[in-house]
Amino acid sequence: MAIAAIDRAPTQTPIELAPGRGGGGPASKRIVVAYGFWIFILGDIVMFAALFAAYAVLRGNTAGGPTGTELFNLRNVFIETMCLLVSSYTCGLGALSAELRRPARFLIFAALTFVLGSAFLFIEATEFARMVAIGAGPSRSAFLSAFFTLVGMHGLHVTSGLIALVYLVAQVIAKGLQAAVLRRLLCWSLFWHALDIVWVGVFTLVYLMGAP
Amino acid sequence: MDSSDRWFGDRTPGVEEHEPTASYLTYTVGLGLAIAGTIVSFVVAQTNLLWAPGIAVGLIVLAFAQIGVHLVFFLHLGSGPDSTNNILALAFGVLIVFLIIIGSVWIIANLNTNMMDMPG
Repeated sequence: MAIAAIDRAPTQTPIELAPGRGGGGPASKRIVVAYGFWIFILGDIVMFAALFAAYAVLRGNTAGGPTGTELFNLRNVFIETMCLLVSSYTCGLGALSAELRRPARFLIFAALTFVLGSAFLFIEATEFARMVAIGAGPSRSAFLSAFFTLVGMHGLHVTSGLIALVYLVAQVIAKGLQAAVLRRLLCWSLFWHALDIVWVGVFTLVYLMGAP
Repeated sequence: MDSSDRWFGDRTPGVEEHEPTASYLTYTVGLGLAIAGTIVSFVVAQTNLLWAPGIAVGLIVLAFAQIGVHLVFFLHLGSGPDSTNNILALAFGVLIVFLIIIGSVWIIANLNTNMMDMPG
């Protein structure tokens, strides 16, 4: 190990002596907490994979009912996508502001994230209501059951993310930017970015490959 | 060590300080790349820029590119020692995701092909 260390620039920690790699003691609590939450997110993504698989298998089984081409409005999907993408951006900037101990800036970015996430949910709920109203509800065909399960599950995740965001902002206001609150914010931002990754799969597989 | 220093501000004493790995620039570059990828996806799906039978493949490639942008610029998965374990876990997650999706599509397509014609 000493020999390996000689080859490197003296200012750089050799990889064997980095924290969490055996030689440098345990990783910081922040790294360990984020790793645990990362495992949860991967589990959640595996669940989404099952719903994606169900949709991919059932997408042609319309039982004589409406198809994706007739139902999907790509202009609205594009607006939804942009809302979620920009909210991911403001979420990252908010987490960064919190780490740099700028509470006012964090609150502004958190509010923007909440507004954009709500706009996404509003558009999605309006689309769902329109589809159910014209008789294309989840009970119409296997295709629509799979569609509402997959997209609805993503919408539920966004809803729970917004509720958690309100809870976290209340914690920041009540407790300040303590280390424990910062770790929760870090986990929340991982969750929110992961939802955006799932949405990339949704708009590609469901809307773009299903509409034209 | 002066106790007044350690208690200054709202920092919790005894907790290690760290430099944020990201910057405003990282997120802004990521947003730009992600928006570009999204726009290209929507354009490719609705026009004849790509050879029609290749559109699905093109869209899947674009989706992977966007997911890569998200992972690097928003989730900060990098080559540093702090990311090693996360990347290993991600590799396992990707394996399971592909097994579930490709396996399901493959098996059901095979069953559909071999299905006997049902009367009526």
